[in-house]
Amino acid sequence: MSATETAPAPAFEEVVVTTRRGVTAPVRVYEPAGGASAGAATVLALHGAGGWLPGEPVLDGLAAAGLRVVAPVWPAWSEHGDEDRLSDMQDFALHGWDVATEMGLLQGGGAGELHLMGHSMGGMIAAEMAALAPQSAARMALLCPAGMWLGDHPIPDIFAMLPYQLAEVLFADPDVGEEVLTGGADFSDNETLTRFMVARARQQGMAGKILFPIPNRRFSERAYRVTLPTLLVWGRQDRLIPPAYADAWQAALPDATVELVDGAGHMLPYEQSAAVVAAVTSHLTS
Amino acid sequence: MTVKFCWFNLMPWPDLPDDFKTEHRSVWVDIDGSLFDPERANGVYHEYMDQLEFADELGYDGIGVNEHHQNGYGIMPSPNIIAAGLARRTSQAAICVIGNSIALYNPPHRVAEEFAMLDCLSGGRLVAGFPVGTPMDTNFTYGQIPALTREKYYEAHDLIMEAWTNPDVFAFDGKYTQLRYVNCWPKPIQQPHPPIYIPGGGSIETWDFCLENDYNYSYLSFNGYLAGQTLMDGYWNRVGELDKSMTPGRAGFAQIICTAATDAEAEELYSEHMLYFFNRCLHVFPGFADPPGYRTVKTIQAGKLDQFRKENQALFKRLTWKDLVEGGYVIAGSPDTVRERMEDMIKRLRVGTVFCLLHMGNMPDWKTRYSSQLFAEKVMPGLRGIWGDEFADAGDWWCKPMDDRVRPEDTMADARRYPEAPRGPVA
Repeated sequence: MSATETAPAPAFEEVVVTTRRGVTAPVRVYEPAGGASAGAATVLALHGAGGWLPGEPVLDGLAAAGLRVVAPVWPAWSEHGDEDRLSDMQDFALHGWDVATEMGLLQGGGAGELHLMGHSMGGMIAAEMAALAPQSAARMALLCPAGMWLGDHPIPDIFAMLPYQLAEVLFADPDVGEEVLTGGADFSDNETLTRFMVARARQQGMAGKILFPIPNRRFSERAYRVTLPTLLVWGRQDRLIPPAYADAWQAALPDATVELVDGAGHMLPYEQSAAVVAAVTSHLTS
Repeated sequence: MTVKFCWFNLMPWPDLPDDFKTEHRSVWVDIDGSLFDPERANGVYHEYMDQLEFADELGYDGIGVNEHHQNGYGIMPSPNIIAAGLARRTSQAAICVIGNSIALYNPPHRVAEEFAMLDCLSGGRLVAGFPVGTPMDTNFTYGQIPALTREKYYEAHDLIMEAWTNPDVFAFDGKYTQLRYVNCWPKPIQQPHPPIYIPGGGSIETWDFCLENDYNYSYLSFNGYLAGQTLMDGYWNRVGELDKSMTPGRAGFAQIICTAATDAEAEELYSEHMLYFFNRCLHVFPGFADPPGYRTVKTIQAGKLDQFRKENQALFKRLTWKDLVEGGYVIAGSPDTVRERMEDMIKRLRVGTVFCLLHMGNMPDWKTRYSSQLFAEKVMPGLRGIWGDEFADAGDWWCKPMDDRVRPEDTMADARRYPEAPRGPVA
């Protein structure tokens, strides 16, 4: 079984926008169950360093619960290139807002509420977006976000890991993780290996702009600005960014609650998607 | 042009334990700190510097040092410190600092200053190297972001070159470095600047950078000349495509060399030290070799993937002395054997500068000197003229020292001869 084989038919439509900076971004749009409704709240969802998988159970689940989900594909995770246009944390956070602007999420008026959500690297970007413009979103859900560093709980260096070492730190159950990560690809084939190495260089190279060598761009100094109610969801078995970080985030944010999920590591949205959907829906719709 | 021979010392730590490969993860980046003995290092540094000075006496064209960090085969995080010592104890050979990892200096203008100091101190003998730097040094040890390393490197280069060539005070508004008053003081003797060498591993962007700026491209690998040929052929193809002169002075290569009285003696004397180097010194955790973003997409697509295959991770473990010699990793043997293979190497790779790795691994001092002296006396003279007069006017990418430069050995002797200090009026 692999992620590719189990992928359901796309539950989203993809649109492509070009931001005013000039970055081209494909955006997945998941309409809420029962079809688009003018007043539905929208979740701007940002992916982690692994990018979106063909099937995203959490995004499907949120749409099924009546939320509209807008999920941009970050430069380097799309085929459009443009990753050279974004260099640092400020560029990343502004790009998030630039996409929101192009998607008409900031127009007010009849539009419903806007919420932010992000997983890991995406959580780090969402938090920075909230620090820049806290009044532009109503609520936020962060799934084991990167962005802090605790000396007593050093985060393993994913940039120095060999591919076969990743599943062990990313998943509560490494065997399941191995399948999700490789998607059944055959790395003895030269073309497959080259494609994999190019994608890795582009995507993880891009992630490195905000995560290397220490995934901390001093968000904690700006955390005081994030006044919107924030839910932190964390896998109890997260071996990449351990749950001690949930406490640190909660302490740093003015209005945050924590929900720990059993049977989940850092790839929480894929390991316990139903629990994540329930927690996030409850937080965003309360 | 004559072929230039630069005697190079990587400065390896000589006491890595026998079980290093099985009990330790990596010789580089996270090498076990308890393996370093500072008091032992006192002797090691002096032995290595003595060898470099000996190479000057033997008539090598250059003596070379380089920069590595947290590395068990290179205990020289600051090559400029060693080079300064050499400038005070030698007066003939070029001082080849190959080089300073310019993206790691903050601000990179520091390199313009220190290299200018070295050029003044040595009387114009500096050959200046600007490596992009290995991922182990640049990214994992010095924390530079892989995807931005090359951009930062180019910016550092632009700053240093302008600092050397712009006679006025100028402001530099870079993305990574902002300086309101750039004013390189001191300035290098060699004008407009010392010869620039770009040591490379295999990034194809580096070729164009060298050719656009007319810098020497030197391929520094430990895999020897047979393995190096594919890459050097690619470089020379690019030289042709850009319609640049094909003079061998544009290229250099690092080669491990072991010279003895006979081929059999070479194996007897040097085999264990080569195996120490390949088995212990090159035991680098592969996760440190290629952080995503360090290599460009173009370079990956050019297809250097072998190092990522599991079956190749154990390559060096299987190598025997015979493999090392036959595979061209090591050129070893009697002076005749070495000369013959060196000639083959120089011609195949079309190089004007050879970085001679004559000390390797845990080779003791006497063997290093023996091999170096045999090479200097019985091999080097027959190789210098390989390229004849064909490229006489094409430039040689070598330093241009002052004729009447200070010879440290003379001035030190003079200073000691001075009978007594002059006395001024005493109240």
